[in-house]
Amino acid sequence: MTDDGSPAGGAPRRRPLATGEKSTIVYGILGVLLVLLVAQLWLLTATTNAWLGGDDSVVLPAAVASLACLGLNVGLLLYLFRLE
Amino acid sequence: MTERDSRTPDGRPPAEQPRWRRDFPIDVAEDAYVARRDFAKFSVLVSAAFATGQIWLLLRSIFRRRAPGAPPARVASVTDVPVGAAIAFRYPTERDPCLLVRRGKDEFVAYGSECTHLMCAVLPEVEKGRLRCPCHMGFFDLATGRPIAGPPRRRLPVVTLEVRDGGIWATGVKLESEQ
Repeated sequence: MTDDGSPAGGAPRRRPLATGEKSTIVYGILGVLLVLLVAQLWLLTATTNAWLGGDDSVVLPAAVASLACLGLNVGLLLYLFRLE
Repeated sequence: MTERDSRTPDGRPPAEQPRWRRDFPIDVAEDAYVARRDFAKFSVLVSAAFATGQIWLLLRSIFRRRAPGAPPARVASVTDVPVGAAIAFRYPTERDPCLLVRRGKDEFVAYGSECTHLMCAVLPEVEKGRLRCPCHMGFFDLATGRPIAGPPRRRLPVVTLEVRDGGIWATGVKLESEQ
């Protein structure tokens, strides 16, 4: 056995994160989530404005971008679940 | 110097806390962590709602493109509208209020009469060459339907007209990007 408790020659065992460390990670994830949310809100208002004015050309790219933001958000949430 | 205890709000150890707090002990750091994690979950839910809104716009856009154009409809007789006067009509459906204005002997213009700001009815001011929205003092150019003052940023939908057999016919509606 090594000092960190892992078997000799094996990969070092990961120390479980303390609540304070997890809170820091959650803070970081929350920051990114909020930035993505603001970007999505802006996209939705700008697209609605263009669509009401009869401009359909931006609707598809905006929908793709919004779905990409949602994908990132879901990915961050899944990472958060893995921290448990 | 003693180390601050992260489980209590004031950093003192649990044994030094008041009786009521010892009876109902809450790990403050753990509580804050759970609250932020739940907030992250809620944020993702809001993100999904925004993405759903974008998909809804996309579907509406596809259906709008596939919809057939409105059939021509007779609005009024030429003699019904004196020069400088305006009449209200609905086109292409009963839910679309419009305004026909006679600017000159042979000059007719028609627009959707809902303000592009917050859908109040616009009023014609023919002598000033503009349409006015009384709700928030938005103004549109009578000749083109473009916003000239106030909060509106989009022009009014233009109803294309045709004069034939002594009647004025609405033949279609053009939105901003189609003009």
